[in-house]
Amino acid sequence: RGHGTYVEEEKLIASVAGAVERVNKLVCVKALKTRYNGEVGDIVVGRITEVKLDVYQIIFLLMETNSRLDSVLLLSSMNLPGGELRRRSAEDELAMRDYLQEGDLISAEVQSVFSDGAVSLHTRSLKYGKLGQGVLVQVSPSLVKRQKTHFHDLPCGASVILGNNGFIWIYPTPEQKDEEAGGFTTNLEPVPLSDREVISRLRNCIVALVTQKLMLFDTSILYCYEASLPHQIKDILKPEVMEEIVLETRQRLLDLEG
Amino acid sequence: EDLRVDGRGCEDYRCAEVETDVVSNTSGSARVKLGHTDILVGVKAEMGTPKLEKPDEGYLEFFVDCSANATPEFEGRGGEELGTEIANTLYRVFSSENSVDLKSLCINPREHCWVLYVDVLLLECGGNLFDAISIAVKAALFNTRIPKVRVLEDEEGSKEIELSDDPYDCIRLNVDDVPCIVTLSKIGYRHVVDATLQEEACSLASLLISVTSKGALTSMKKVGKGSLDPESIFEMMETGKRVGKSLHIALQKILDEEESLGTSRQKVGFLG
Repeated sequence: RGHGTYVEEEKLIASVAGAVERVNKLVCVKALKTRYNGEVGDIVVGRITEVKLDVYQIIFLLMETNSRLDSVLLLSSMNLPGGELRRRSAEDELAMRDYLQEGDLISAEVQSVFSDGAVSLHTRSLKYGKLGQGVLVQVSPSLVKRQKTHFHDLPCGASVILGNNGFIWIYPTPEQKDEEAGGFTTNLEPVPLSDREVISRLRNCIVALVTQKLMLFDTSILYCYEASLPHQIKDILKPEVMEEIVLETRQRLLDLEG
Repeated sequence: EDLRVDGRGCEDYRCAEVETDVVSNTSGSARVKLGHTDILVGVKAEMGTPKLEKPDEGYLEFFVDCSANATPEFEGRGGEELGTEIANTLYRVFSSENSVDLKSLCINPREHCWVLYVDVLLLECGGNLFDAISIAVKAALFNTRIPKVRVLEDEEGSKEIELSDDPYDCIRLNVDDVPCIVTLSKIGYRHVVDATLQEEACSLASLLISVTSKGALTSMKKVGKGSLDPESIFEMMETGKRVGKSLHIALQKILDEEESLGTSRQKVGFLG
């Protein structure tokens, strides 16, 4: 008997409900609503909860990532303004709060997993870093499909980061792609109404897909967006409209497959 | 520009579901689901003695229970503070004389009257509690059926109260003047109606106003750490009156529709 099961009336029953996966003689149930279990190489979007100093005077950040334990981001694993080749000095530690504060959202990659399940993150690439203006949608991690890349620029006019931990970040597509800052300067200019409409529509579509338990990946979100265009943005959240557009999305995805 | 995160305008409510008569052993009940906010209200009519200063009127008692199911913060005694705050707000809202016809609740002046115990249960907290609670209270009062009583006088002068045997022989309350609370939350320079949890976290100050169906303001309360400009308070009051009137119209329509279906109505209740 594995963990997560119990015996009732001489039958072995799993304690979570979800999709069944069978590998030879191993039967797994992939639960629908879970906490995030980190794996090396995953992309996550997290919110900083604490800036801490540990025993060895190493500063690290604790982040909320919808997992059982808070994730850890060490100062030495972060990219600092000015490129990656600078050594971390004492001034960097003191000026830590100028870069990242409690409550900020960042995108990062999982570097390693501790034995207790806590996840250690790094932002050692220019595409990770602090997130600026956008909308966060929190869904169950099991609904985010594992893909080659989780950063998508959708043709409808917005970009989306599908965090493996279930945090989805929708933001307006940045104009220029070559940012030297490494994601630390946030653009606080007002976002134009047309972009905001696209982002709101995407957000409602993602909520609709989640309620109907469809896997989230760039194609499904895009099809759902296109199916929702005849409706007003706020109508997408009505149960009847939600069912209709998700049905259409499901149909198109099935047509795509075969 | 009137576009919120979920696509609503500043004066739009979320999708709301209202159902009455969901709890069988109460005089009246209602359940309201506003987005992720879920409220259950039960009204029980019991016999009591009138208050000394108002001998020919009945009265309402409010009790709010923040169940631990709603959010983890309500575990143990965490929800008590919020519960008393909501109950006090409800007392204030209904303190106006015209909201409920209390004289109709009197049976014998100075001796017997109907006391309506209104119990509010918070099942899920999804933002905008006060509005949902006031809608549920109005729906539950509309649904309340108080049995008719007859007072018999003995030769010695002692009075006996006889409850009619027929369960359908009852008096209903007139809820036309029952006010509904509209919460206007200030976010940045604008104010919004029906804030979600995320929007409430961004708003520093809110104005709670109770509006009757005719657009009259019965009470006003400011909540939150931030401050409100007097001009913006006037704007918010005007918005609140407008939104309140349309809210009453929509609610009355749903209640009348339910009423017209009568006993053959299929109840969704909790298992639907």
